[in-house]
Amino acid sequence: MMPVVLWTDALIFLLVAGLAGLVALVHRHEHLAAPWRRIAADPVAVSAAVVLLAFTAIAVLDSLHYRPALPPGPHGEVQYAPEVKSALDRLLAPLAERQEKTYSAPFATRLYAKEVIILADDSTVRDYPRLQHGGAHLAAPDAGLATDVALRAAAGLVLAVAAWLLLVLALRKRLRRQQFAGGALLYTLLALLVAAGVLAALAPHYHVFGTDKVGQDVLYASLKSIRTGVLIGALTTLVTLPLAIGLGVSAGYFGGRIDDAVQYLYTTLNAIPGVLLIAAAVLLMQTQLETHPDWFETGAERADLRLLFLCLILGMTNWTGLARLLRGETLKVRELDYVVAARAFGVSDGRILLRHILPNVQHIVLISVVMDFSGLVLAEAVLSYVGVGVDPGMLSFGNMINGARLELAREPVVWWQLAAAFTFMFILVLAANLFADCVRDALDPRSRRQA
Amino acid sequence: MSGLRIDGLKVEIEAGAVPVDGVSLAIEGDECVVLLGESGCGKSLTALALMRLLPEGVRIAAGVASLDGEDLFALPERRMRALRGGRLAMIFQEPMTSLNPVLSIGQQVEESLAAHRGLAGRAARAEAGRLLEAVGLAADRLDAYPSQLSGGQRQRALIAMMLAGEPEVLIADEPTTALDVTVQAQILRLLKDLQRQRGMGLLLITHDLDVARDMADRVAVMYAGQIVEWATRERLYGAPLHPYTRRLFRVLPSAARRGEPLEQIAGRVPAADAALVGCRFAERCDLAVEACRREPQALREVAPGHWLRCGVVDVNSSQPNPGPRAGEGGAVGVPPGSATVLELRDLKVHFPIRKGLLRRVAGQVKAVDGVSLAIRAGETLALVGESGCGKTTLARAALRLIEPTAGEILLAGEAIGGLAGEALRRRRTAMQIVFQDPFSSLNPRMRVGDIVAEGLAALRPDIDGMARAARVAELLDRVGLPRDAAGRYPHEFSGGQRQRVAIARALAVQPRLLVCDEPTSALDVSVQAQILNLLAELQREQGLAYLFITHNLPVVGYLAHRVAVMYQGRIVEEGEAGALLSAPGHEYTRMLLESAPGRGLKG
Amino acid sequence: MTAYLLRRLLYAVPILLGVNLLTFTLFFMVNTPDDMARLHLGVKRVTPEAIEKWKAARGYDRPLLVNAEAAGLGKVTETIFYRHSLAMFAFEFGAADDGRDIAGEIRTRMWPSLAIALPTFVIGLMVNITVALILLFFRRTYVEWSGVVALVAMMSVSGLFYIIGGQYLFAKVWQLAPISGYQEGINAARFVWLPVLIGVVGGVGAGARWYRTLFLEEAGKDYVRTARAKGLGEARVLFRHILKNGMVPILTGAVAVFPLLFMGSLIMESFFGIPGLGSYTIDAINAQDFAIVRAMVFLGAVLYIAGLILTDLSYTLVDPRVRLK
Repeated sequence: MMPVVLWTDALIFLLVAGLAGLVALVHRHEHLAAPWRRIAADPVAVSAAVVLLAFTAIAVLDSLHYRPALPPGPHGEVQYAPEVKSALDRLLAPLAERQEKTYSAPFATRLYAKEVIILADDSTVRDYPRLQHGGAHLAAPDAGLATDVALRAAAGLVLAVAAWLLLVLALRKRLRRQQFAGGALLYTLLALLVAAGVLAALAPHYHVFGTDKVGQDVLYASLKSIRTGVLIGALTTLVTLPLAIGLGVSAGYFGGRIDDAVQYLYTTLNAIPGVLLIAAAVLLMQTQLETHPDWFETGAERADLRLLFLCLILGMTNWTGLARLLRGETLKVRELDYVVAARAFGVSDGRILLRHILPNVQHIVLISVVMDFSGLVLAEAVLSYVGVGVDPGMLSFGNMINGARLELAREPVVWWQLAAAFTFMFILVLAANLFADCVRDALDPRSRRQA
Repeated sequence: MSGLRIDGLKVEIEAGAVPVDGVSLAIEGDECVVLLGESGCGKSLTALALMRLLPEGVRIAAGVASLDGEDLFALPERRMRALRGGRLAMIFQEPMTSLNPVLSIGQQVEESLAAHRGLAGRAARAEAGRLLEAVGLAADRLDAYPSQLSGGQRQRALIAMMLAGEPEVLIADEPTTALDVTVQAQILRLLKDLQRQRGMGLLLITHDLDVARDMADRVAVMYAGQIVEWATRERLYGAPLHPYTRRLFRVLPSAARRGEPLEQIAGRVPAADAALVGCRFAERCDLAVEACRREPQALREVAPGHWLRCGVVDVNSSQPNPGPRAGEGGAVGVPPGSATVLELRDLKVHFPIRKGLLRRVAGQVKAVDGVSLAIRAGETLALVGESGCGKTTLARAALRLIEPTAGEILLAGEAIGGLAGEALRRRRTAMQIVFQDPFSSLNPRMRVGDIVAEGLAALRPDIDGMARAARVAELLDRVGLPRDAAGRYPHEFSGGQRQRVAIARALAVQPRLLVCDEPTSALDVSVQAQILNLLAELQREQGLAYLFITHNLPVVGYLAHRVAVMYQGRIVEEGEAGALLSAPGHEYTRMLLESAPGRGLKG
Repeated sequence: MTAYLLRRLLYAVPILLGVNLLTFTLFFMVNTPDDMARLHLGVKRVTPEAIEKWKAARGYDRPLLVNAEAAGLGKVTETIFYRHSLAMFAFEFGAADDGRDIAGEIRTRMWPSLAIALPTFVIGLMVNITVALILLFFRRTYVEWSGVVALVAMMSVSGLFYIIGGQYLFAKVWQLAPISGYQEGINAARFVWLPVLIGVVGGVGAGARWYRTLFLEEAGKDYVRTARAKGLGEARVLFRHILKNGMVPILTGAVAVFPLLFMGSLIMESFFGIPGLGSYTIDAINAQDFAIVRAMVFLGAVLYIAGLILTDLSYTLVDPRVRLK
């Protein structure tokens, strides 16, 4: 196989590395670590962080891309498949490859639509045909389904609990630290393990969340959508930060003309309705991509490039809020006595910014990064609905919802695709929101007073 | 049983600390009791507990308080509410934030009248007008909003609101601490008058011994959550008994102590959550014996009306007059023939006021308007004035931190007004600054060692890392900080220690002039003495010149060689400290001196 | 005050000019009219003649910034920049790809937009403030705790879920409202109530939580302690003192977005088939009609600036501390 590093993969690795570096930095400095210890003592924050980490792990797994090797060509040369796969794809292969013809409900053994079925005696009937994969192992699906599902789920549950108990035994000593919400960590892990265990036990035999229009397993689609959501939330911030920090802090610190220019810039950008600016930019990007087919080799690369541009565009329109906050805070910090003292030493502006201003406004950056994440995940869905989101060929919550919403008019209703997308999105966003709240409470001196 | 009685009040913080531990007090119907203590001793929490207005997470753990025999802590909240702002009222320290900014003064006074006297409409308005006049505000200020009033006026308005319920006892929590000296004198006078006219009890909370002496009938001295001494004013000021009270009087700077070092109180106040058994002052007390640390001390009556929490001190001897202390301190003679370090000639700093469509300059705020000064090596020039007089602007302009509009700045005879870039930077080693607020003057994200080294790194790049670290260690040692301070962060230090760090930072580049911008006004008096002693020592050792900005006249009398009085951007009077303070020439100087607390209330 | 207003209005000019230049750059320089033509006519097998014809029909055959061929003022006026960008300052938006006059469309479509957006906004504001006050009143009780949890959960749900779920339940299953469509006049209410309800419910999570933070911040201030020290009851402290101060940022913030209500709601209108500006915009985006998108961008910017000025004015009305100079 041939490893492939897409643009967004590279950035996500960079992000993970940056995060690891940050953790190391915080760990080494007592005054940086103090607020995080408060966060670690908060059970809600710990639960939310565990869930977020689980989602991130899936996203990272889904970012280890490669092109599988094909059988050697006629002259023994190495050949690779044209489509790009990820480590997650390989893990989920049993799900991905079990394609049905079209819709089927969760745990269904028969297709959603009636078809003409040729019986053994060559006669035909119009009926709901058996699924090719879902519940295919059952001889009499209508009678044995419930028992089979229950048994398999129970097996998954038992395994999960057993795994959890082992984990508890292993971690027991290390978690018994003061001021650490170890219980929350363990119970969240239990919930995640049970969910994973039950799903793992059932998914190879049933379509737990049903199948979509082209017969694809909805659970698979949901898991694949996680990467898109996490990427949009995380990468956009990465784009936002340099602009927001650079412009916001220098506007506040230098004032005068620079301040005027930055304020003009963000007022102008804010004046344009956000969705329209994004829509306009995405439309333009689309035409550019269409007129430059030489920019990418595979469909995945094209979709990836589009995702990258989307993050860039969202970042361009999103930096103004943080920049404004930073400008205000910098205005306050630059008047503080320790900055005046530094100026009395003739310390250069660059050094003052680096040693005095930035360290004392960094909490605002952190708070805003975690607060924005959830908003961006939700925005992806809306943008995809408007038609200016990620590539239609890419799996994302927005595209799942978009593809499914018209099917609500059907009878009986096709609800499972929407339900799966909304549920996954809800869990991710809720975890992010709860975590963001805790981070803000711990880092923002204003909210700490109230606590 | 008239008046307010407190017995064994104990206030507890959820985390386990006990900031108020067994306070007992009584305020008769028409007397003024002062609760005196340094910051953090629990005096404000005592007051808030009486009002049952303790902040979240703080609660009354034990004790009884009664107003005319009515048990305050047992009342249901509804009846307590009728009492609060009615028979028992309270005013606060911060006049700037204690009034609701979006309601007019009239609305806020009438609200109290409606709640406690059932007045409404025209009657309420008329009564509100009378109340304003009673506190010295014109009745037409009823329609003003707090933002349109000065600090003193706001404090008067707040008093009017609290008088609306015709209180039997008024609690005043540091009511003048945020105000200028002249305004403070007026507000104190007003409170005293109101107390006498209305026959009202006044519980005044303050850290200022002079204010207490002017106002009190009886004084309770509080230390670390307990009352350590409780006596009439005459007895307490005439013959203080508790070692803490005695020390407190002796650490105060004054012109009389000129030339001698101030007495200090070693160590620091024990933390509120420390497990304390014995006397809380024992660790800092030079009379302490082993029993002091082991056995709790009870508050006992040692003479009629004089209560004391100390078993060691001889209650029959009055305070031994220590006489002049050995060594030198405060203002000693300026070495003869010392050179002028800094000279300002006709310095002006004007800020433009822009108006109208095109933001044309419509006028100038003349923050500093033609100031000429000179400071010699080894000399302390005190710059005295009230807030807004331009003294901080003047100091910053002299340091070239604000661009002066006109005038000359001569550093050791060389004009530096026009210098820029590297040339200016080299001159910066000669002049440094120490600020008022020990909390905002140190970057919370930097280690103390890095803070002290910052100036060295910027101004003396020739000194390498090793030498710099050695110099930092030496400086920290010199200002009396422990060796390991360099590796710690500012939040681990107390206000006084932080001020020492700030001094070390300024000294690092070996300046010849130090601008001290109210360096002790945010500190407790016991800490102030330490800092003043340190500054005096440094001046003697290194021949430093100080431009000492302050509003505290006793400090001026103690350590200044010369005094310049600033008023509305100008120096109205300047001269040798002793002469100027004893025979002021200018009207404004006279007013400042007369307003200073501690000489009895005027009028 | 007048001088202040005039200055703010003057400041609007460079901002609108900036918006204008930005859209011009995006739509005509990054993406040339040729690109646009190709996109509309199909990328492959398109003749140069067809492109020229497409451009001429829309007036995009002029030079971008300077027309060297024209005489006199025409050098400047006979350009795309003048005709299609600067003209917007006179609210001349030109024609859409289907040939209809954009300005006329905007005039007729803004009323249905308002019919949805205005009630959503007003009712939403009241509901959010009420919820926030209730939570504040029940501070440190289970009511507050569960209320805050519910708000966080509500704001974690995708807005699309409220719309899709609401439409499905109320319109399809219970048939309490038409699934989509709109009628003028008194009949409008039948079509409007469901989108408004969904809009309000969808906004409570974030809105009420935000207002609660504002109120909480006020509740911690010194003047509240003064009010309590005066012996005022909890309700009076809450409604007279905290509410009045908390309303300052709420009202001024509300005024800021008020003009933008004219733009309508993209998603809601498109789901419920309301012929407003929101669905107009979304259709334009889907049809890649750049003329409409450009017009809406400009309109949005004008309304945004109107909101900024109104905010400043409203501050002088509700906050005695603010005096405009």
